[in-house]
Amino acid sequence: MNLDFSDDQKYLQEEARKFFDKEGGLGNARKVMDESQDADHELWNKIVELGWTAIRVPEAYDGLGLGHLELCVVAEELGRSLAPVPFSSSVYFFTEALIKYGSEDIKTELLPKLVSGEVVGTYGIAEDSHQATEANLQVIASGDKLNGTKIAVPDAGMATHMIVVTKSNSGTELRLVNLTDPSVTITPQKNIDTSRAFFKVDFKDTPSNLLGQSGQGWGYIQHLLDQAAVLFAFEQVGGSQAALDMAKAYSLERFAFGRQIGSYQAIKHKLADMYIAITLAKSNCYFGAWALSSESAELPLASATARVSATKAFQLCSKENIQTHGGNGFTWEYDCHLFYKRSKVLSVLLGSEATWKEKLVTSLEKTNTLT
Amino acid sequence: MDFNDTPEQAKFRAGCREWLEINAELKADKKNVNAESSLESHLKIAKEWQQKKYGAGWAMLHWPKEYGGVEASPIERIIWGQEEAKFNVPGGIFEIGLGMCGPVMMQYASEEQKNRYLAPMAEGKEIWCQLFSEPAAGSDVAGLRSKAEKDGDDWIINGQKVWTSGAHYSDFGILVVRHDPDLAKHKGLTFFFVDMKTPGISVKPIKQITGQAGSGSGFNEVYFDDVRIPDSQRLGEIGDGWKVAITTLMNERLAVGDARGSDIEEALTLSKTKDDAGEALIKNDAVRERLADWFCEANGLKYTKFRTISALSKGEAPGPEASITKIVSANKLQSIGNFGIDSGDMAGMLIDDDNGMSSFQGAWLGAPGLRIAGGTDEILRNVIAERVLGLPQDPRADKGIAFKDIPTKA
Repeated sequence: MNLDFSDDQKYLQEEARKFFDKEGGLGNARKVMDESQDADHELWNKIVELGWTAIRVPEAYDGLGLGHLELCVVAEELGRSLAPVPFSSSVYFFTEALIKYGSEDIKTELLPKLVSGEVVGTYGIAEDSHQATEANLQVIASGDKLNGTKIAVPDAGMATHMIVVTKSNSGTELRLVNLTDPSVTITPQKNIDTSRAFFKVDFKDTPSNLLGQSGQGWGYIQHLLDQAAVLFAFEQVGGSQAALDMAKAYSLERFAFGRQIGSYQAIKHKLADMYIAITLAKSNCYFGAWALSSESAELPLASATARVSATKAFQLCSKENIQTHGGNGFTWEYDCHLFYKRSKVLSVLLGSEATWKEKLVTSLEKTNTLT
Repeated sequence: MDFNDTPEQAKFRAGCREWLEINAELKADKKNVNAESSLESHLKIAKEWQQKKYGAGWAMLHWPKEYGGVEASPIERIIWGQEEAKFNVPGGIFEIGLGMCGPVMMQYASEEQKNRYLAPMAEGKEIWCQLFSEPAAGSDVAGLRSKAEKDGDDWIINGQKVWTSGAHYSDFGILVVRHDPDLAKHKGLTFFFVDMKTPGISVKPIKQITGQAGSGSGFNEVYFDDVRIPDSQRLGEIGDGWKVAITTLMNERLAVGDARGSDIEEALTLSKTKDDAGEALIKNDAVRERLADWFCEANGLKYTKFRTISALSKGEAPGPEASITKIVSANKLQSIGNFGIDSGDMAGMLIDDDNGMSSFQGAWLGAPGLRIAGGTDEILRNVIAERVLGLPQDPRADKGIAFKDIPTKA
């Protein structure tokens, strides 16, 4: 029994934590928010230099050829520091999509550039204010030409390429688009967490390349979502822990009625509940990490479980961190709102909690015995 | 990451398995021996099983070699437990003795006493219980009021203990009492062991909200009426009772695990099979949402345990993550029990062995006890807040004053 990360992976995590602390911690998210930037480009360049965009890229394409577990430990630290960079879009989604479904030509062209930072990728799923389904897709591929609009596309300002879920005559397709093509129009969309940037992306006869088989796109995107959900869950756990740490620190320094507020059971029990939620989420994440890294058939169930419990944990910890801070927690000056906003964005970014609960129970319906 | 044993662990597991297969039967389709109706026959088969294990060296794996143990590692104890749990064998009788009383005797009893008591305890010939809680000392166990007064070389004990598991069939017990109410709360306590047949001790089973009394390892009140204990049965110094009790409770913390009873699997099976207005219950969105929540909790606890085992397996000290186990599992049990009963609509309240409700009713009725026993939900939240997160203790109204001056009513 070894449901734990290796010493090397733990070392990588420690290095990642030190890196984000040294580079300014939460200050980076605040800077992006205050200065209305689309991301912290300087931080992103340093992440590329550290080689984290190369983690999953095979050595044949200039990458490090490591597994998903290395990504999991880095994800937890990205979440802890609320790093305002396109890592999840480019690494959890775009790079994985190319590794899994890209043709040899596409891999040869793009993977080395993802490693070097020359290419940044993202993905487009949503088209309207409801859950995207195979039936309601409105972005259409006619041959290689795309038409239609994707919304809430993360990091499209910085990204050079994008994976698009589209409808075609032969069913759903995953298509690769070069965002620098003049037929693409990218418009910023305001969102509740301005430390991250989202965009509307319009395609008008935009040239694209098919990934994998035509008609298989919906299965591909579900698999990519299942994979990414585990990594996002690690980010959510990292953010949850940081929010709990912040609440704890404040409860020790703030006095009311002549004593530390952390000595009141109302606060202690609140923080204990945050710890419980984090522990459950983290353990579910570990199982998700195992399923992800071992390419287990249990990935859909494992990732939905990690996703749901990490979403719940981050939402609980971020809102109760504000509550623990009282009025200060509602000010722009204190960092509490950074966690609150990021937790909400992360909770809907891959589909809502309800969507993932439904995926979880659908997986349970298919199993006869629980492992 | 993997779920495999190391070669040494696999070898140990195979050894467990080999012995168990020869000496016991797998659970499948057999009548559960723990469902044995009479206490006498349950005790008899439990003692026989313990003796068998003792003869083969499986009885008290973690004990030091000098007391007949094999000094097994924590991971080996877990492996033994995992394998034994697959077999239809009796349980629930010796855990308090082997897990709590034995270690405290090893640490504090005289050589002569250790020679007299430890082997019969390990062999299952003598059963031990733990006499700590009192009517006015539950979560605040150090507030106990049973008195010990010195009389020559003896102590005279008067008072009442409560929630004593297995007192009605125990031969000996470990006991903490107050020898001096003029001292501060934690300073005036002294620790003993006592023969449960000593004149003046009477045991009265507690009738629980389940209606059960004195069944299985049930709870009791234990009354002490001028009970005479020789000073030689004192464990630790006079006034060290709290220190000794804490050592014991630390061992208890290792023993407290999941709340047993209806879990996600049962809720899921019910939801898939039970008809709800023409279709399976699982098609109801409200049910689906709750199944998802319970699965996240059940799976989270399962892999929390695996993380603890992984640390032990590498010879590392586990983190504090296991501290969430009881609080989550007991509440989940209550919630699933409630769901099961609701699923039967008006018939859910009816006691009927054939309507599929009995295990959910049992869970619902037993869960309130599990949320209290071994540390209430509230105490466990305090424990997490103080010991895991490092938050300060509550200010206390009983500090720095003599025990007799501590307020007890408004």
